[in-house]
Amino acid sequence: MSDEVVAAVAQAHRQEWAHVLATTAHLTRDLDLAEECTQDAYVQALQTWTQTGIPDRPGGWLTTVARNRALNALRRESVLRRALPLLVPDEALSGPEDGLVDDDRLRLVFTCCHPALSRDAQVALTLRLLCGLSTAEVARAFLVPDSTMAARITRAKRKIVTARIPYRVPSPDHLAERVNAVLEVVYLIFTTGHTAPIGAQLVRRDLVESAMSLARMLHLLMPGDEEISALLALLLLIHARLDSRLSPNGRLLLLAEQDRTRWDTRLIREGIGLLTGALHRRPPTRYAVEAAIAAVHAEAPTWQDTDWPEIVALYDVLLQYWPSPVAELNRAVAIGLRDGPQEGLDALTPLLNEPALATYGYLSAARADFLRQLQQWTRAAQAYQEALTLTDNDVERAFLNGRLREIQNHLRKRRTTRATDTEPHG
Amino acid sequence: MAKYMILIYGDAQQWEGMSQEQRQAHDAAHAAFSAAAASKILGGEELELSPMATTLRSDPDDRVVTTDGPFLETKEAVGGFYLLEAADLDEVIGLASQLPEVHASHSGVEIRPVVDHG
Repeated sequence: MSDEVVAAVAQAHRQEWAHVLATTAHLTRDLDLAEECTQDAYVQALQTWTQTGIPDRPGGWLTTVARNRALNALRRESVLRRALPLLVPDEALSGPEDGLVDDDRLRLVFTCCHPALSRDAQVALTLRLLCGLSTAEVARAFLVPDSTMAARITRAKRKIVTARIPYRVPSPDHLAERVNAVLEVVYLIFTTGHTAPIGAQLVRRDLVESAMSLARMLHLLMPGDEEISALLALLLLIHARLDSRLSPNGRLLLLAEQDRTRWDTRLIREGIGLLTGALHRRPPTRYAVEAAIAAVHAEAPTWQDTDWPEIVALYDVLLQYWPSPVAELNRAVAIGLRDGPQEGLDALTPLLNEPALATYGYLSAARADFLRQLQQWTRAAQAYQEALTLTDNDVERAFLNGRLREIQNHLRKRRTTRATDTEPHG
Repeated sequence: MAKYMILIYGDAQQWEGMSQEQRQAHDAAHAAFSAAAASKILGGEELELSPMATTLRSDPDDRVVTTDGPFLETKEAVGGFYLLEAADLDEVIGLASQLPEVHASHSGVEIRPVVDHG
């Protein structure tokens, strides 16, 4: 089979998986069977497209093949299936008055992110069913053995049918809170991919891209939802900097050190365009404020030009409506960058007693950096050592170890100087 | 349609300590729930508080051991239940959200699908 066909199937996998699976699931009312038929359709595509060429509408082709397989399976197994619990179908279709497109992908995403499922299960189902990641890939992303992830996904699917979580877009009066749950899942997938908690790679591109395409899909299907626009804006603005986060030799580059000409201006423009609409809402939504912070960075031509007073003000808004220890930490860092390292250190001090941050490596790393700037070498070294115990990402560890070595050199020099100073008296 | 059990959990002391007005508001909320759920309610009762419970287990020789109190010695215990028939979980969540126990800080409800042996 040609490279062209392999590439076309891979692209269709990224772009059409959710659509094929969601449509098939609507027909089968059985997620396992829908998954199997969708998988088969992609295998079939590799063979057929090699012989007959790539179809004009790969998504339509795949959906037809998956549906036909499902219909055959349903005919074969109709007697057996009568005894099985099935997905609860959507009886009341959401009409155009809700401003919603009638799309099975929306039903699938709201089913996967139903609040009756644990957050872990929501994330696993979303990656498996909507993004088409294999169970092994999802397991690797969340640092659990394959068997654990397989059991988690199986259990979640069983709960969907047993408790009768409906395959449906929620009613308008519950839509906002249910959209929020979906967005939290998307954001969690993005942040997990943005800095992988463990391993040799700083970024897990499959997760970042899964989150991006989920956000784009939601925005396409619910264009009027401002919180969705704001999350998409936030992801675009962070994603625009992705390629500049590593030096050519693989070292982690902080925002201050990044080559801003490598930022993706197309994504930044798109993000800021979306955000301008989302910021008009009063009070602003959480993701709009976070995206506004990302936009301040994206619009600063250099690190020195960053508008720190504006960033601190935006963190104040964030803390007023959505207080969280991590937002407090980020605000404290912004204060340090606005007013100086001692002020930053002082702003971080109250957070040392915050239990939610006790194992949060960025608190140690932020303190370490301010202490380093203040040339408090011994305390800085301790803070870097603490930060090192709190991350298993190889790229982050290499960065922290580099800083620690610099500080140890300073400490050695100081000892030598002192030794020289005291010699005449000794 | 499927059957669901709504198990109402809470702190017996708090329930016992309700004032006259609180009790009236509580009962009114249950009446409102009953009116909303109407024919979907297949059954439901308020139970005597957990100190009134008797628990049976067996010892290693399979002799029945009777103890005073609920099965689990937790602060919150079952205080009542409803058996509902509903189309799906969202309908049950919608109805059960009206129950006063969901809104008191010491209590909550657990929704359990009933096994369909049909």
